[in-house]
Amino acid sequence: MTILIFKIILVLAVFGLTMLIAMYSTWAERKLSAVMQDRVGPNRAGPMGLLQPLADGIKMFTKEELIPEGSNRFLFIIGPGIAMLTALITGAVIPWGGDVSIGGESFALQITDINIGVLYLFGVVSIGVYGIMIGGWASNNKYSLLGALRASSQMISYEIAMGLSMISLIMMTGTLSLREIVAQQDAGFANVLYQPLAFLIFMICAFAETNRAPFDLPECETELIGGYHTEYSSMKLGLFLFAEYINMFISSAIMVSFFWGGYNFPFQHELGLSPNALATVQTVVFFLKVFGFIFLFMWVRWTIPRFRYDQLMNLGWKVLLPLSLLNIFVTGVVMYLTGKLN
Amino acid sequence: MTNDPNDKFMLTNRSKVMEKKQMTLAERLYLPAIAGGMSITFRHIFKKSATVQYPEQLRPIAPVYRGHHVLKRDEAGAERCTACGLCAVACPAEAITMTAAERKKDEENLYREEKYAAVYEINMLRCIFCGLCEEACPKEAIFLTDRIIPSNYGRNGFVFGKDKLVETMDNPVDVTKRQTPAVIEFKKDKFHQHNITINDLVDLGEH
Ligand code: SF4
Ligand code: SF4
Repeated sequence: MTILIFKIILVLAVFGLTMLIAMYSTWAERKLSAVMQDRVGPNRAGPMGLLQPLADGIKMFTKEELIPEGSNRFLFIIGPGIAMLTALITGAVIPWGGDVSIGGESFALQITDINIGVLYLFGVVSIGVYGIMIGGWASNNKYSLLGALRASSQMISYEIAMGLSMISLIMMTGTLSLREIVAQQDAGFANVLYQPLAFLIFMICAFAETNRAPFDLPECETELIGGYHTEYSSMKLGLFLFAEYINMFISSAIMVSFFWGGYNFPFQHELGLSPNALATVQTVVFFLKVFGFIFLFMWVRWTIPRFRYDQLMNLGWKVLLPLSLLNIFVTGVVMYLTGKLN
Repeated sequence: MTNDPNDKFMLTNRSKVMEKKQMTLAERLYLPAIAGGMSITFRHIFKKSATVQYPEQLRPIAPVYRGHHVLKRDEAGAERCTACGLCAVACPAEAITMTAAERKKDEENLYREEKYAAVYEINMLRCIFCGLCEEACPKEAIFLTDRIIPSNYGRNGFVFGKDKLVETMDNPVDVTKRQTPAVIEFKKDKFHQHNITINDLVDLGEH
């Protein structure tokens, strides 16, 4: 019973935190882009513009909602829903911190530790493209359709390289459970030291999967107006945009868990903290790492121009895919030579 | 002329021969260039922002800035404008319109001259703030001031009538920066003025 209550609280907490972080990512993005361009950014709504996300939310909810004539109403409405749903459910397998003990019972700060966590993640991520595809197709608009086509081909192409870069990591760790991958990094070093190439490929693919610059071709304003969300207005548009920020947060969390030691930090067991205090510190450390990656996402967006579409495809198929295959090969050889293969 | 005798059609020798080089591996990898770009944006985080927080903070403007017009009153509080229309004639943007009216017996304290402008409107969207109206005025009635025209929701809101143009007695607008003694002296010289009349020309023997 206690486990159920704990899990429900955890689910709500993760949901709330995800929403909060996504909300304030929009604020951070605008602030950061501003300071990078020697501007000030939002500063009218509340101190330092901190109430800006709330103002945006109110605006989104109260705006007029348009559903274009000739669109498929059902699919048009369900598109952003799918995008949001898939963005949110990926958080279920991420270990947010170590174990906490409440009343003598020990709970893991993870909603569910399924033993195929990695597969689950990839499954959910590949559903994510449906939201965009359905939304873009249902809009009955050329630009939306083109944006949706671009999104689907881009996401499918980069998923392959992403999956292959993960395989070399899984070969090394020998498990598909995120909790174990993180725990192994507690005992040894962060995986990025063993698999820097896999991390690089994974990160580039994560940029492409989240449709962030320099891979934001599905929604590139200069060619496609708004891409797949051209026809969307009010909160449905808000959901699409929000899903992008949630995806950014979740993929940062995934990268941290896979490659950067998750919630672990050096010398954590030498501090002599009680388990609960340690778990708290670990969670804080985890979020700090995640924020670092979110910063990186934004930093890249406000620096690098968008790829051309053929460059995007070339990079995905001719560079990242062979590189990840090579990485698997090298990993296999090294594992054989060091006798880790049995 | 070019030094090359074979090339007759080159006007200067400044043109460069471009060679199409193969990109080096570092260039093709993108990553060094990306790192260079990212370091530039990172450095800009610490630079001072160029923003002027407008309503609270104003950019310095010239003391003789030409903005929002004012229609002056004389010392007794009577409107100086006599609706002669010279400002409207002088205006290159045709921004000024007015309707004249005759002063009644008991209105001497309101209007300085026998004729006055019952309606006087400047369309601030047409106005180019050149100041020719001010230069044309024979009655020292209109001046441009250093006030900025506020934004508005509609085009009609930019047509400023007498309510916005005429100064009030309790809040007089200072125009001494624009109405310096030198300017007053200059305006007396009718050769340089729009407000030259037929009689002046006759006096000068040009008619
Ligand atoms: S400032 Fe120039 S444009 Fe504006 S009303 Fe006067 S004469 Fe016309
Ligand atoms: S020129 Fe002067 S006096 Fe004549 S109408 Fe214009 S503001 Fe009035």
